[in-house]
Amino acid sequence: MKALLLVIGLSLFSLCLFASQQAFWVQDVPWDEGKALTLNWHTAADSIQLQKADSLGVWETIYIGSSQPPIYTDSDLTPGTNYAYRLIIPQKATADSLFYTAEAKTLEQWIYMNKLSYLLILLVISGAIMYYVQSARMGKDYFIRRIGGLDSMEEAIGRATEKGKPILFVPGIGDLDDIQTIASLTILSHLAQRSAEYDTKLIVPCRFSMVLSAAREVVKEAYLRVGKPDAYKEDNIFYLSDDQFGYVAGIDGIMVREQPAANFFLGSFYAESLILAETGYSTGAIQTSGTAQASQLPFFVVSCDYTLIGEELFAASAYLSRDPQQLGSLKGHDFGKLLVIILILTGVITEIIGWHWFKAFFEGAQ
Amino acid sequence: MSVVNSSQTERRIVFLILLVAVALPLIFPIGWKTGVTNYTKMVWELVESTPDSSVVIFSFDYDPSTMTELQPMAEAMLDHAFSRHQKVLVTALWPQGMQMADQAIKVVKAYHPDITYGQDYVFMGYKVAGIVAIQAMGKDMEQVFPADQSGTKYKDIPMLREVKTLKDVAYVNSLSSGTPGIKEWVMAARDVYHTPVTGGTTAVSAPGLIPYVNSQKQLYGLLGGLKAASEYETLINRVGSATVKMDAQSVAHLLILLFIAAGNIKALRARKRRAS
Amino acid sequence: MKRNLPLFFAFFCGILVIVSEFIPHRPFSMLIDTLQNWFMIISGFAIILGQISLFQSNLSKIKQKESGWIFYLAGLLSFCLMLIVGLLWGTQETGGIFGHGLKLQASLGAKPFDYLFDFAYMPLSATMFSLLAFFIASAAYRAFIIRSFESNLLMITAVIVILGRTSFGGMLTAWVPESYKFWQLPNLSDFIMEFPNSAAQRAIMISAALGIIGSSLRIILGIERSYLGSDK
Repeated sequence: MKALLLVIGLSLFSLCLFASQQAFWVQDVPWDEGKALTLNWHTAADSIQLQKADSLGVWETIYIGSSQPPIYTDSDLTPGTNYAYRLIIPQKATADSLFYTAEAKTLEQWIYMNKLSYLLILLVISGAIMYYVQSARMGKDYFIRRIGGLDSMEEAIGRATEKGKPILFVPGIGDLDDIQTIASLTILSHLAQRSAEYDTKLIVPCRFSMVLSAAREVVKEAYLRVGKPDAYKEDNIFYLSDDQFGYVAGIDGIMVREQPAANFFLGSFYAESLILAETGYSTGAIQTSGTAQASQLPFFVVSCDYTLIGEELFAASAYLSRDPQQLGSLKGHDFGKLLVIILILTGVITEIIGWHWFKAFFEGAQ
Repeated sequence: MSVVNSSQTERRIVFLILLVAVALPLIFPIGWKTGVTNYTKMVWELVESTPDSSVVIFSFDYDPSTMTELQPMAEAMLDHAFSRHQKVLVTALWPQGMQMADQAIKVVKAYHPDITYGQDYVFMGYKVAGIVAIQAMGKDMEQVFPADQSGTKYKDIPMLREVKTLKDVAYVNSLSSGTPGIKEWVMAARDVYHTPVTGGTTAVSAPGLIPYVNSQKQLYGLLGGLKAASEYETLINRVGSATVKMDAQSVAHLLILLFIAAGNIKALRARKRRAS
Repeated sequence: MKRNLPLFFAFFCGILVIVSEFIPHRPFSMLIDTLQNWFMIISGFAIILGQISLFQSNLSKIKQKESGWIFYLAGLLSFCLMLIVGLLWGTQETGGIFGHGLKLQASLGAKPFDYLFDFAYMPLSATMFSLLAFFIASAAYRAFIIRSFESNLLMITAVIVILGRTSFGGMLTAWVPESYKFWQLPNLSDFIMEFPNSAAQRAIMISAALGIIGSSLRIILGIERSYLGSDK
């Protein structure tokens, strides 16, 4: 009896499985903005045709070709809308075709699941930064190591003042959407304030007009802060050219003609870095550079007196202002570094012992 | 940094010798052969394995200053793409990029006289806003490129009928000498929409982009400088401008090694003098 | 108000961009599209701002006859020339006010703008970049001096990479058997670039990325304000 029941049960289960094995079905793409559907099919045929019904119900062909792989993604759809599809399998033997229809609705989700690892890392690092900022607000004192490049600012301004020569500040070749340019402008703010105090001319050539507007505002405010609005000359902060090497030629010309006593190259730099730094070197100016473009750092190190490496550029504002809140945020960076080190080590270990889920989870962010 | 006059004189001697050393191989070619490196092979393989009739993007993110290194890459890669019957959407994130594209297409047309505008390639013009423009392409290409350079509407361009977003593009090739360029394409096109990105850059910027050529293929290979351009020419069996210029570059490199040796001898002698 | 409004915009837009990076649902997906369109439009108009600045600053220097004013005049004239010929006869496929200037094209071989671009602007621009070769030579001459163990290491690495990047380097070690091909200069050079170099680059990139997160957060939260010209 038991054996009979087992046979009947297995038969029913197989029947269910067979019944659920659809030839053609449409699914919403999970965890997206609701603009895509995937069309799947099971067929032994070599070639297939896919059609989609338009708003009037007329079938439009969207794909003709191989049946492998048995999946097609229809994107750029309207979220929250029903779409009907038709799979056509030509039957060579009967000169006929098999038709299957299916439909599905596009659904918007509330999170991109493949970016979960991204989100977690961002939340942890942001949380740490905010925690340290808050504890700095409560009065906790944070230590920051000396950054030679920033300490040299006083020396450079002093030398320019003594010689009666200008200071040249180059905010890089990046536009305002590059965070390196913003970091550069925060340093410019401090530099402009000091140069206003010492009545030293500050020249700022810009490559992009948005950077020009921001740089003018930054320098103007710095002059206002020290109570010397009349000393501010708008013409000293000017647009040169959008052209990469036209911009460099312009700056080289300024260095040769005006012979600035101090040059600051801070921001995003590419192939032009060495041309700028070497021309500055030949004029004998004190040179401070800084960039997060790792490939350009060797050139700056060779030709400049001081170089801010990578993150030091972003720490400059906190370092110069000594604002406890900003110093607190630097502590948050350090926590971030620790987290990255732990994640890298864990990744290496899990890969060695064959637990690939860890790497896969973080690759999901790609 | 203090600079003495002798140092300035030394610099000028170095410049003069270098000028002669670079000029001579250009006048009297040596014909040294170049081996092909993995990164160049990867770029070639991507273009080679992309199916016929696929729409690809060539982004000219440089200006004439770096054309010595990047233009040969553009010509070689366009040549390869057209020989594989790929449809090339030409754009630029740099204002002068379109002029560079125009010149490259003119050169390549000599090898592919049958290519026609609108069917095989299209000039979509310069786009401002760098990475934001790329992000917008990922959502709607027509919104970013309402018309081509001559004013033809996007939907009326035959080769772009099936291209709605970046996802419909087989690969993006960014030839870049700075920002915006390859990095922006990797961040906004590859990482978000999984569109393969490849490209070329100047030799001095290449080390900064090599980390993106990784197991996840954020960047499908990388052409770094003139040498890579000449390697690409070797792969497509073409003697282009990069192959011709490689002799001069090789001699310049050797000369730099001699300068390094001379610098060390000078430093050693100075140290001995100080010691005595 | 003058300070608070930009701070509010920075906070609002910053949070919106971050949130929409992780939430695909409307209204975030729509708002981010709008913000992107605004940015592209503003960037387009900002180009005009740069041209105006260029015109104004050069003109005032010429008026005041500052030292080297003749260079500023040359710059301004070049700017006007390119602008005028571009407007009148257009560039490449695009026509100008007077159409495509077919007669001019016949005599010059190209449109006036394209002619100037090809035969004046391009050689000048390429010349600037070619300076890099000279500066690299002079910098290498100064930089790779043997002083310590580290500088020794740096110099040996430099020699391998420089040789490996030339056609000559490959020929020099072509005799090394296939089983030891790692020791061929181009392969050794590739190894240095792919592993030690990439490792160092990645370390700097990761720490810079953390710096970017920190800076962005400070700007969004209004802790960092000096880019607006104010500390307080």
